[in-house]
Amino acid sequence: MTSPELVLPKAPATRKGFVARALGNPVFLCGAIVLGLILLMAVFAPLIAPYDPLAQDMLNRTVSPIWLDGGDWAHPLGTDGLGRDYLSRIIYGARISLLIGVFTVITSGIIGTLMGVLAGYFGGRIDLVINFLIMTRLTLPVIMVALAVVAIFGGSLTVVVLVLGLLLWDRFAVVMRSAVMQIRNQEYIQAAQSMGYSTPKLLVKELLPNIFDRLAVIATFEMAHAILLEASLSFLGLGVQPPTPSWGLMVAEGRQYLLFDSWLILIPGAAICVLVLAINMMGDGLRDALAPENRN
Amino acid sequence: MTQPVLSVRNLTVDLPPSGDRPHAVSGLSFDIHQNEIVCVVGESGSGKSVTAFTAMGLLPKALKPSGGEMLFEGKDLLKMSKREHGRLRGKRIAMVFQEPMTALNPCFTVGDQIEEIFAAHTSLSKAERKARTMALLEEVRLPDPPRVYSSYPHQLSGGQRQRIVIAIALAMDPTLLIADEPTTALDVTTQAQILAMFKTLKTTHNAGILFVTHDFDVVAEIADRVVVMQKGIVVEQGTAAEVLNNPQHPYTRQLIAAVPRRREGAAEPLDENIALRVQGLEKTYHVPGSLMKKPRTVHALHPTDFTVRKGETLGIVGESGSGKTTLVRCLIRLIDPDDGAIWVGNRNFAQGSRSSLRAARKDIQIVFQDPYGSLNPRRSVGEQLIGAPMNFGVSREVALERAKRLMKIVRLEEDALYRYPAQFSGGQRQRICIARALMVEPKILIADEAVSALDVSVQKEVLQLLADIKREMGLTILFITHDLRVASQICDNLIVMSKGRIVERGTVDEVFGNPQDAYTRQLLAAMPGRGWDVPDLEAVAAV
Repeated sequence: MTSPELVLPKAPATRKGFVARALGNPVFLCGAIVLGLILLMAVFAPLIAPYDPLAQDMLNRTVSPIWLDGGDWAHPLGTDGLGRDYLSRIIYGARISLLIGVFTVITSGIIGTLMGVLAGYFGGRIDLVINFLIMTRLTLPVIMVALAVVAIFGGSLTVVVLVLGLLLWDRFAVVMRSAVMQIRNQEYIQAAQSMGYSTPKLLVKELLPNIFDRLAVIATFEMAHAILLEASLSFLGLGVQPPTPSWGLMVAEGRQYLLFDSWLILIPGAAICVLVLAINMMGDGLRDALAPENRN
Repeated sequence: MTQPVLSVRNLTVDLPPSGDRPHAVSGLSFDIHQNEIVCVVGESGSGKSVTAFTAMGLLPKALKPSGGEMLFEGKDLLKMSKREHGRLRGKRIAMVFQEPMTALNPCFTVGDQIEEIFAAHTSLSKAERKARTMALLEEVRLPDPPRVYSSYPHQLSGGQRQRIVIAIALAMDPTLLIADEPTTALDVTTQAQILAMFKTLKTTHNAGILFVTHDFDVVAEIADRVVVMQKGIVVEQGTAAEVLNNPQHPYTRQLIAAVPRRREGAAEPLDENIALRVQGLEKTYHVPGSLMKKPRTVHALHPTDFTVRKGETLGIVGESGSGKTTLVRCLIRLIDPDDGAIWVGNRNFAQGSRSSLRAARKDIQIVFQDPYGSLNPRRSVGEQLIGAPMNFGVSREVALERAKRLMKIVRLEEDALYRYPAQFSGGQRQRICIARALMVEPKILIADEAVSALDVSVQKEVLQLLADIKREMGLTILFITHDLRVASQICDNLIVMSKGRIVERGTVDEVFGNPQDAYTRQLLAAMPGRGWDVPDLEAVAAV
């Protein structure tokens, strides 16, 4: 029997991979380039930074950045109240922000995804319990709880990462739950059941690849969220402790110079703003690129 | 002859540059006169819906009419301003959509939605609008118009909703009615009623009707004239009698030959061995009550018994809500039956926990209806195929060899194993699904509406493939369908289900020749195209 069905489509895969599709999106690309630059800056901080970020120089305190009167190229972004080079501190501060962002997202992503997938796939009592946990979590104001915990255990990088990681899983859980609920009734999941897949294997092999794109989108937004929260905590003096250079802490330390040397606040503030904007742009771009109507 | 209601001259609609061909339709010409039903027939991608949408001015932005004209009562619809076209829409030209479930707004009552048309196009008073609405509900023969008037769409059945969509279309007494596959989503008995209604409407309203469909039996039922389209081009047009009984173009012949029909000739004798014995299988759903609703129980499946012999194809036929889906889900234990036994060999498939069943699952495999939803879009075809035998302890190499062999059997290239589902057409996907089900060498294959979503010509090929595989591998097939025509083509024995019970069983000849149950008779009477005998195509071709 001859039939047109015999002939396979000649053209190669027109369906682009998820990364290729995202890179075709200008918003995502902008965000990715900026984030890439900040990442390089953080990784190669010891090579780039002109000074030790902790070295104090009492003779050169609050030197202005070069675009203001009195600035010079020895300290392009000036120095702070203890004479520490501001450019070096900004470069090292990127490490803290990115560390917090990445580790918080890993911790909360694992917790939230696990809860969401279990609730969405099994439903019933498991769903009830997990939903209750999500609701409980949503009633807790993150910043208050974080403040309380840090006040008890003392502020340090580890404590901040742990607290944020254990608090920010709610959005992962909510989105994964609804995504899985949509997919679990698809016929390919039922087909896998009738083909004798064990439940863990089914979840990993059949289900996870299909929710991965949504996971990537929330991960970027939560990363930006975590970085902002760290900055707030450090600003309040309960996050990363001095003299570690953290952008939030730098804003806090610049507060007493607000009136006459306002750039001490503006520069780290701008750094936080650019990083969060870049990550959010990546998230927006991912979401647009992965929207069903943009797929081929 | 009077002037045609709609006269399409050399219409060309461009596809965006990324399309698989330059034009969605090209060089299309046909006329629709008053009191006439013109059927546009074609398979998916033939441009038949694009034609309907162009006349309504509802084309998606990416599609642009680039040539020709569409004269409605002498005026060219394509040159009209959006505003002028909008004034005609709903008043002089009206449309009936395919999906009655989504064509009505769930937030408003039926009465509001019909009255909205009068409010938009006339200056009738509120009382007059209501009176006209009631008259319309009478006309489309809805039971108890006052109740329907104040109902919300979700309170009505699919057939009733489609009648309301038709009522809305008829509200302003249009001269041109466009219907895009209006009966495809409906049950056969409902389809028969709606088709009968269209036939009455064309005379009572003296309208021209453009009826888009893929089903030649529906064409035989209602068409005055037929336009056959393939890939955007009209391959044949003429009166219904000409096209149906003396098709000229090879494509028309191919489509007519693919119309499912009862298999002629004596059935092969069946094996004595029993492959599957179902005893007293039963499923009841308990819907828990809430603050506003009382709890209720639904008997989805009353105690059911049947046996299937080795190598037999048993057709299970029923409309929506007949319990056939529940039966299938119980058979493969996607849901747990309340009571009863499913004997496959010496093993009772209805007993034991689901995890203890995993080893036995390879005896019963299933092919689902939706070729798009039943393959995982993110795993390559090969990975999905070898997954199942590897679950049962077959090594990767052996499984891969088997997958390659099965690709040949389902007539796909070996290369297909390394591709992703999105790269295949619906028919090809269904072949992959069949191959996947056969990977574990099952004793019983369940085809759950496996060909319902496919175009007729593809449907025919897949049915042929199933029949070949059954013969070569000695499979037993349970063929679940809503379509008696398809069932009669492939099955040895039939079971007819209604409201969770088996109402009729027997060989195809017994069920068709001498139906015992009233419901079966009703189903048979509702089959479209009964007055049309498919012509001897070889004789036509020879002339």
